[in-house]
Amino acid sequence: MVKVNGKELDIAGESISEFLKSTDYDLRVIAVERNEEIVLKSMYDKTILKDEDVVEIVSFVGGG
Amino acid sequence: MSLKQEWREALINRIGLSLYEQFSNATVAICGLGGLGSHIAIALARAGVGKLILIDFDHVDMTNLHRQCYKVNQIGCNKTEALLENILEVAPYIDIEAINKKITEDNIVSLLKDADIVCEAFDDPSCKAMLVNGVLERLPDCYVVAASGMAGMGSPNLIKTRKLTNRFYLCGDEVSDVKNTMGLVSSRVMLCAAHQAHTILRILAGE
Repeated sequence: MVKVNGKELDIAGESISEFLKSTDYDLRVIAVERNEEIVLKSMYDKTILKDEDVVEIVSFVGGG
Repeated sequence: MSLKQEWREALINRIGLSLYEQFSNATVAICGLGGLGSHIAIALARAGVGKLILIDFDHVDMTNLHRQCYKVNQIGCNKTEALLENILEVAPYIDIEAINKKITEDNIVSLLKDADIVCEAFDDPSCKAMLVNGVLERLPDCYVVAASGMAGMGSPNLIKTRKLTNRFYLCGDEVSDVKNTMGLVSSRVMLCAAHQAHTILRILAGE
């Protein structure tokens, strides 16, 4: 299982791109960390999620 | 004793020599000088941060005055110059680099390479994401303190700070989008600005 923003999901084996496509996240406004490291946007396709990975997706909202 | 020595001694008297040295040796870049950035800059300047890099391409207008740290007589001025003026009125010996430019993926490194900490204080969510990703990917020694979610009349107690990685802190309630609320209110924006400013000082202090 992969933990995404605190929720256990059965997505080990998927790339970050594949996982994001199955969600409503807008790629223009997010940052993705995996095991406390930033994932480069250019690596979303190549980064395959593994069992016990901890993923945090920050989706920015407007205002400042 | 010169006014500068007196100012320095007053600060050391309040925060101690150790914090004074940690703050005064630091360079912090503030990206976006609106409701967040203008208040963050003033707080950091008062605390004795040695150098601020202020970056914005916009000018002060009437609709800014309800929440941003500018004055009526500054309407029409560049935000960088107006804020520089306001900071020097309260912290006359700080070093300030004012850059009147839009930050893009192409100039992130050249504009921010001298900063110990980058403070993301933009309004637009895609600009926020661009800056945070850019700093974390391309400036490996630099911290980033960002903001998301401070619009509306929601409870002040929902504004919080989260440490996401060793170098990335996020302040705000993470949900209150300006487009889904009645707008931005100075007190709630200032709460988020205070979280960001204090997080920056805590990083500098090694907390």
